[in-house]
Amino acid sequence: MANLKVNMSMTKNEMPEQDPVVRATNFDEVALGYDAETAMKEAARCLDCKNSPCRSGCPVAVKIPRFLEKVREGDFDAAYDIITSTNSLPAVCGRVCPQEKQCESKCVRGIKGESVGIGRLERFVADYHMAKEQKDEVKVPESNGHKIAVIGSGPAGLTCAGDLCKLGYDVTIFEAFHKSGGVLVYGIPQFRLPKEIVAAEIANLEAMGVKIVNNAIIGKSITVDELFKDGFEAVFIGSGAGLPQFLHIPGENLLGVYSANELLTRTNLMKAYRDDYDTPIKHFNRVAVVGAGNVAMDAARVAKRLGAEHVFICYRRGRDELPARKEEVEHAESEGIEFQLLNNPTRILAGEDGHVTGIELQRQELGEPDARGRRSPVPVPGSEWVLDVDTVIIAIGTSPNPLIRNTTEGLTFTRKGGIEADEGGRTAREGVFAGGDAVTGSATVILAMGAGKAGAKSIDEYIKSKA
Amino acid sequence: MYKVVTKRFLNDAKTICLFEIEAPLVARHAQAGQFVIFRLDEQGERVPVSVAGYDREKGTVTVMVQAAGRTTKMLHTVEQGDYIHDFVGPLGKATEMDGLKKVCVVGGGVGCAIAYPIAKEMHARGIDVTFIAGFRSADIVILKEELKAASDKLIMCTDDGTYGEKGFTTVFLTNEIEANIAEGKPQFDRVIAIGPDIMMKFLADVTRPYGIKTIISLDPIMVDGTGMCGCCRVIVGGETKFACVDGPDFDAHEVDFDSLIKRAAFYKDEQDAAAQHICKITGGKRNG
Repeated sequence: MANLKVNMSMTKNEMPEQDPVVRATNFDEVALGYDAETAMKEAARCLDCKNSPCRSGCPVAVKIPRFLEKVREGDFDAAYDIITSTNSLPAVCGRVCPQEKQCESKCVRGIKGESVGIGRLERFVADYHMAKEQKDEVKVPESNGHKIAVIGSGPAGLTCAGDLCKLGYDVTIFEAFHKSGGVLVYGIPQFRLPKEIVAAEIANLEAMGVKIVNNAIIGKSITVDELFKDGFEAVFIGSGAGLPQFLHIPGENLLGVYSANELLTRTNLMKAYRDDYDTPIKHFNRVAVVGAGNVAMDAARVAKRLGAEHVFICYRRGRDELPARKEEVEHAESEGIEFQLLNNPTRILAGEDGHVTGIELQRQELGEPDARGRRSPVPVPGSEWVLDVDTVIIAIGTSPNPLIRNTTEGLTFTRKGGIEADEGGRTAREGVFAGGDAVTGSATVILAMGAGKAGAKSIDEYIKSKA
Repeated sequence: MYKVVTKRFLNDAKTICLFEIEAPLVARHAQAGQFVIFRLDEQGERVPVSVAGYDREKGTVTVMVQAAGRTTKMLHTVEQGDYIHDFVGPLGKATEMDGLKKVCVVGGGVGCAIAYPIAKEMHARGIDVTFIAGFRSADIVILKEELKAASDKLIMCTDDGTYGEKGFTTVFLTNEIEANIAEGKPQFDRVIAIGPDIMMKFLADVTRPYGIKTIISLDPIMVDGTGMCGCCRVIVGGETKFACVDGPDFDAHEVDFDSLIKRAAFYKDEQDAAAQHICKITGGKRNG
């Protein structure tokens, strides 16, 4: 590395994007990715700091400086091998990780100027590998004969399964849906994370030996106890947080009120936006999305692409408090999503036929910061007004699904319904591990992957301790 | 992929068809009152349908499906030996029957297919079962022999009198309740009513003044069936419930029928349009 000159540009190389006006009418991917030349230039911005602070910001501990070094040398295959030695889903992470809060937040280059575009480079390397016509043969690890069950094929489950498989375990993933990928396929829209990319990452794991059983609902089709009876020696629960929360305001069951999960599942998993798929979706013109997290941005941008003329984000706090990633907010705004900030919904209104006609909002002012430092909204009395809409989408978060909670003995749960587990994913029941949203409630893909990784390590230790 | 082991139409009009599906993971725990979700092919929608029977040893589950919308019409073109893409379950809670002694089960149309396994299980457990089966006319009547075998007393009725007694199920239910009173016999300790939403609403009105606990099985619009989308929201006793995980059985005297009926019709325009667009050359078969 010493022979190569560091690129001292203060800013990241731009990543091309689809034009906002055009992309708001299609479901194709928004960000288009680096080409090889730009990737090599961007990688050359890395200073290769002695203590690699970037790595401490990565929940799956990608050897970032090492793969950047290979990218700047143009050895993209070597870069891919370095990334995948600790991360089973690089094409996913390169797209949906909040890098500005993870690895890139620790990058020394970010102190004066912009950090190295680590996420964009990870994406480039993964896409380069996927596009290669001649794939290297997948190395199938030698089996150690121990059977492990993983519940859920979302980011936590896939990561846990991938890591265990690499260690030689015989891993079977049980997935409730007909398609694998969890939130990566039902939640995150096509234009942010193409489903072909998710399918390819999963195919890599299957080629390595991970087995996936779809249409198997643990807690209904099979119980955790039965998994042990069937010879599995440990179980990792990565069943996510699938249960949508509602506001509990009047009018929430009127016609035209959706949970974000419903809108996203119909569109992403069931492909209702395509004429050749059977699942129906309503045509709507004016849409209010309640909430302002990443899921709310996804829902708003999906609604826009489905043909809505006006899509409003209704949020009770102000711009500085928006919980979504900055990049997602900017993408939404450039696509024409309108923000009704400092407005809290108080009820949903309908005509005689029960169809939504509007949402009543109450204006808010910002008060004192709460325990997390966010300024709390304070209602302005008598300030209610009605925003005319025909559709309301509730995107205020999800909680863990109760199916496993209701059918599995020996586990303990948090007040919010999450499975109690320590940092290594160990639960109150021997041999049962858990991680991701099923433990924490709704969080991010990369945190779930980190938990899957920790779970795999703990399972390995547990199996070895029994031997 | 899930193999269709048996296929047979259940009535002369061929409106309701029985499918026995090879699905060991579903057969393992399926119980009366639960449902499954099937999907015909890659482009198909997820459609919930009640469990009509199961054979744990063979690993098969039986469903009885009425051709109503696009997908169910296309399902009716699937032949014995063919495969359907997805079949997942069992979902929802099983029908409660512990402690019951005398039950009246009322089925309306294809609702009889859903009520049948419940009556059969109750009858097998020694519960006194009166079954009232209502249909529009003789040509759509199903399960004549099966219902007889699953009940202590069977009343078959049609709206037009072309088969069995003439009249609506509400009338015969009222008659049975009144007869119990008049003859000093024990009253029903439970009524189970399964059929069109409007029929269940009127049956709830029948039993309410007598204070007989009445359970109905709901089949609102669903996507995933596991509590994820919230599409199947139903208001019960003033609270929002998810039919897929909290139900499908609910107390009829607590259900907000007006909201239920409106929500069920939300996609009617889309469904009607889709049902008109079934390929006339292939009869709805896709992908060869």
